Formats: sequence, structure tokens, C-alpha cells
Amino acid sequence: MKNSDVNVVTIEAGRSDAHYWRDLWSFRELLFFLAWRDILVRYKQTVIGVSWSLIRPLLTMIVFTIVFGKLAGLPSNGVPYPILVFAALLPWQFFANSLSDSSNSLLSNAGMISKVYFPRLIVPASSIVVSVVDFLIMLLLMLGLMVWYQVAPTWRMLLLPALLFLALATALGAGLWFAALNTKFRDFRYIVPFVVQFGLYVSPVGFSSDVVPERWRMLYSMNPMVAVIDGFRWAIIGGEAKIYWPGFMLSCLLIVLILVGGVMYFRKTEKTFADVI
Amino acid sequence: MKSAIKIENLSKKYVIRHEQRANYVALRDVITAGTKRLVQTLKHPLGGYDEGDPGHEEFWALNDLSLDIQPGERVGIVGRNGAGKSTLLKILSRITEPTRGSIWLNGRVASLLEVGTGFHPELTGRENIFLNGAILGMNKAEIRRKFDAIVDFAEVERFLDTPVKRYSSGMYVRLAFAVAAHMESDILIVDEVLAVGDAGFQKKCMGKMDSVANEGRTILFVSHNMGAVAELCSRAVLLNQGRKILDGSPSEVIDAYMGQTSGGTLKIDARQDAPIFVTELILRDMDGNTTSTIPMGEDAELEIRYCVTQPQTNVTMAMLLTRHGSSLLYSYDNDVADELGGRRDIGDYVARLTLPLSRFKEGQYSIEAKIGVGQTNMTDDNAVLVFEVCNHSVDTTHKSFRSDRPGHVYWPLVWKTSRLGVGK
Repeated sequence: MKNSDVNVVTIEAGRSDAHYWRDLWSFRELLFFLAWRDILVRYKQTVIGVSWSLIRPLLTMIVFTIVFGKLAGLPSNGVPYPILVFAALLPWQFFANSLSDSSNSLLSNAGMISKVYFPRLIVPASSIVVSVVDFLIMLLLMLGLMVWYQVAPTWRMLLLPALLFLALATALGAGLWFAALNTKFRDFRYIVPFVVQFGLYVSPVGFSSDVVPERWRMLYSMNPMVAVIDGFRWAIIGGEAKIYWPGFMLSCLLIVLILVGGVMYFRKTEKTFADVI
Repeated sequence: MKSAIKIENLSKKYVIRHEQRANYVALRDVITAGTKRLVQTLKHPLGGYDEGDPGHEEFWALNDLSLDIQPGERVGIVGRNGAGKSTLLKILSRITEPTRGSIWLNGRVASLLEVGTGFHPELTGRENIFLNGAILGMNKAEIRRKFDAIVDFAEVERFLDTPVKRYSSGMYVRLAFAVAAHMESDILIVDEVLAVGDAGFQKKCMGKMDSVANEGRTILFVSHNMGAVAELCSRAVLLNQGRKILDGSPSEVIDAYMGQTSGGTLKIDARQDAPIFVTELILRDMDGNTTSTIPMGEDAELEIRYCVTQPQTNVTMAMLLTRHGSSLLYSYDNDVADELGGRRDIGDYVARLTLPLSRFKEGQYSIEAKIGVGQTNMTDDNAVLVFEVCNHSVDTTHKSFRSDRPGHVYWPLVWKTSRLGVGK
């Protein structure tokens, strides 16, 4: 039987490759090699390499604390305002970095894509792995801030990995959409920075989502990052932070839809990447 | 025996967009085109939209190709530029999908379409070996196992921890080839990569490929270097315009490939749509006989015939002589006063020129004829005549003379050396 032979590969027009997921698995090391390359190159090329991933969120936190906490005087769930902001910046910065890096990833690896076969999904996924490393660095900063402001961690912190997974699913889903569209329509890249900038203000980063009136909460949860950010606040701040459950479930459902749709669209357009890139 | 590679009725279509320089689409253009179509439909609801979009043209890079390759065979794929060789390799490497047809690959495939894919200049040699290996599909354990052999082959031990941006181009290419050549595979697909690097390196690569083949692995090899095809391959396939023209022994196929320029003349199918085009290239030795081999030390006569279907002003013809891809000589027909003043009325023309070949070393050369009208160049990719300069009678004891040495021209220089003093 031909199909029983592991090494037989069939190439046919329009045939969605039956071995795709197996190939993805056998190329899993490439995912980490690419991420490792990007991290290595970043820290070799720039002196401020590491510090850059800390300076940006810190400055944003200071500005948001002043604008939303001091000037607008928004409530802070009973914790220092910087903690409220930083707990949200943690997933937001991760999402923003992942999205902009993964949507550009195919184009910046165009040389590889037109010369070597591997499941293309690895490229945007690896840029998300890089963002996870940045996330971990920021998490250390978060812990430092918690010590500084004497905010005691609770058992809820243990759920952070699950919440990170949620953020990862959102970023990967959106990243796959943008990466594929970016390759097909080259002017799409102008949209990504706008989405990231716009998203920062429509997501509850600088303020708690409790300030949103109850009747608008469901609509507000149409933004999947609302669930992720609320989840992070709930886990980090503890105590008074609450999750609006119906909205949370809606966001989760949307995240699944974005991810599944993203994978499907990516798979569909993937075959033509080498021809158009 | 089960085939290593079985290709059935393989075809690949590309759509060429004339109005765009790049092959990607901009969302802006899609929206504009969509709106135009909508307006068109609203204006003429029954008329429909003009289907024949003049901006698009279909092009079959591969057309109904079938091929059956047994395990252990070493197959050379030859053909002119645009014959479909690279497209075939791209499909076999699963980089792009065929439009029609199917392929069965029986075994692990290592494909080397470019040397050093994914190499990052900032990373060291060691880091790049691992990265490049992973890109080619090796796992960490496999790379580690092969590491010493790779470094050995590439001769870069001393520079392992130096960023590859500081490597000489020779070292870079050696390292890149070494990684790919050490991948464990049943089928090796190699595209023209040996065109880079010096003669010593090329020899080494050929040796490596030879030993790969002797292990019973299948090799598919694309090259313009007929010598390499003859040396390495046990079988060759000639492609032309996406179709298989000939499948047989390397010598037979190489002859046919050279014969596409049939003994020093090349006839080109008339392009009725072009206002001016090359119809024939003829090469003659100094005795006036049409030939594709010119004895070393002699000049040759080139005849370019072309046809003008619409009166033209400001016509320029040009000729480019190349060897192994290096440009050697370029000449315009109006370098020296042109008695027709660049004006060409309808009719057939012939241009004759003497090629100063007597100083060129032995080897394969090609001549490309080009036509330009005004500011536009109408280069015809098919107007390429291949010929050989052969050595029968010239003394080759001079080292600098040998064809594997650098340089394309043989010109014995007079070296006047004198001693300046006793030295320290």
C-alpha cells in the first residue's frame, strides 16, 4: 500500500495536503529555531535590545496612569493605578507585538518561502514565540511592581498560563489572517499599525472595563481582547477585580472563531505564497 | 521496482499581468477594479463585462510533462531559460502547486534550489548550520551528528564563531552547500547551485554529489553547464517551453540541446505581433562555413537576420557575448556611424559582424541578440546562440591559458622582473 509508506508524498493540484499536520509536527523544531534566530539577531543588533521591551510598556503605563488615573480620575479596583494598567499592558503588549510581527513575518522571510518547503504556518507562529519571550520579561517587571506597591499575589496567579494561552490564540488567529492578507494584498500592511493603535484605546488597557455601562458590556465584549485583559486583571490584582462572565464567554467564542477562520484562510492561501511573494 | 519519482501530466500555469511591475496585488487595485466592474454592470445590465482583459496573459511554464525516475538514477534536466526547469523543481520541492497533474515522491526529498537559504548574516557559522539545517528539514540530533562532517567539508573550522557576514563569498557558499549536502535523503534535487564558487569548490561539490549517487540515492540536477551534466548524470531530459522534447542518455540530450542551435544557426519562429524581431542567428568560421565550434585562436563571423513589419526609426541592435554567465563583450550596431541612421522600413535585414574570438579561451560561449526601439528594449530571450571555442592546435602549456583558471581572455603579457636589492 502506497499510503502506508511514511515517505511517499503525493503532489496534486488543489489537493489539500493530507500530511500537513504531520509535516507541521516534524518541522516543530524549526518553529523554535526561527524564534531563536529572531531573538539572537535582535540582541546582537541593538544595544538596547532587552531594555527596549521594558521601556515601551513602562512609558505607556506612566502615561496611562496620569491620563486615566489622575486626570480622568477613573476607579482602580482598589489597587494602585499603575498595577491596574500594567496588568492589562502585559497581555496587550503581547498581542500588539505578536500581531505586527506575525503579519509581517511572511514578507520578511520571503527568501525562504520561495526556495524551501515547510509548513508556512511555522513562520507567523515563530514570531509569536518571540513575543512570548518578551511577555516573560515583562512579567518579571510586573512582579517587581507588585513588590514595590505591596500587592500580594493570590492563587489566581496560577491561572495565568491558561490566560496567556487565550491571548496566544487571539494573537495567532489575528496574526494568521493578517499574514495571509498581507502577502496577497501588499498594501494591507498599512492597516495593521492602525489596528494596533486603535485597539489600545478600545480595549480596557488604560481603564477598568467596569467603567463601561452594564448594558453596553455585551457589545464591548465583541472585542476579544476584553476577555483576555479582564482575565489578566482578575488573576493579578485579585480581590475586587471581577469577570463579566457572559461577555467573557462571548469573547472566548469569538477567539475560537478567529483562530479557526485564520487557520483555514491561511491554509487556503498558503499554496500560492511562493508565486506571489 | 517502485519509481523514486513519478510525474504524470504535470502542468503549471502562470498569469502574467502586463500593467503591473510586481506580481502581487494591491487591495487598492482590487477595489478599483471591483468598482469599475460594478459601474459597468449598472450601465449595461445585459451587456455583461468585457471578459478579455488585455492586462492578463496566461503562460504555461510546464505543459503536460510526464516522467518516471527509478531509484538511484541521476537525471539531468536541461533546456533554455524559460523551458520550465525551475518551475519543475519548485513543484517537486513543494514550494508551489501544480495547476494540473500529479507527482509521487517515494522517499525523503532534500532540495537545494539556492545555496544558503535562510542564512542570517549576523549569526555565526555554527548558528547558521543549525538554523539552515532546521530550515531544510533536519532535526537537532541529525544536525549534531553531521556537524563535524559539515564543518570539515566547508573548511571553516577556524571561523565557526564568526558572523557569516564576515565570511568570504567562497566560504559562505561552501558552508551553505555543505549543510544541504549532508542531509539524509533519498532524493536530492539540485538547481544550478554549482554555478557559484570557484573551480576547486565546484569539483568538490561534484565529488560529493557523485558519492551521494553511489549510495543509491536519486539525483535530479538542473544545470546550464553541459560538462557537469555529462559527468554526473546517467540520464538527461531536455525541456522546451514546458514540454519534454527528449529523454535519453546525457550525450544524446546534450547534443540535442546544443543542436537547438543546430550547427551554428538558430532560426526563431516569427513573432507576428512584434514590429521588429530577430529571425535567425548564424555563426561562421573564417572560411565561411556555418559551425558551432570555433577553433581556438580564430575569429568568427556572426550574422543576425531580422524582420521589420512596421517602419521604425531609432532602431538599435545589440549583441552580447557571454561565457559561464559572465558578460564579455557588448556591442551596439550604431557604435560606429550607422548608414541607415537607425531607420528601418518594412523588410528583412541582415547585420554581419566579426567576433574577435581569437583571444578567448576554450569553453562554451553564448551570443544574445537584442533589439531596441527608442527607449524600449525588446529583448528576445530566445535569440541565444550557443557555440564552443575548441582547442586543437594551440599550445596549452601556459598556466594562465587553461580554461579552469580565472579569466576569459588569453593574452600573454610580458612580465619584466628585476631584482631591486639584496633584501633583509
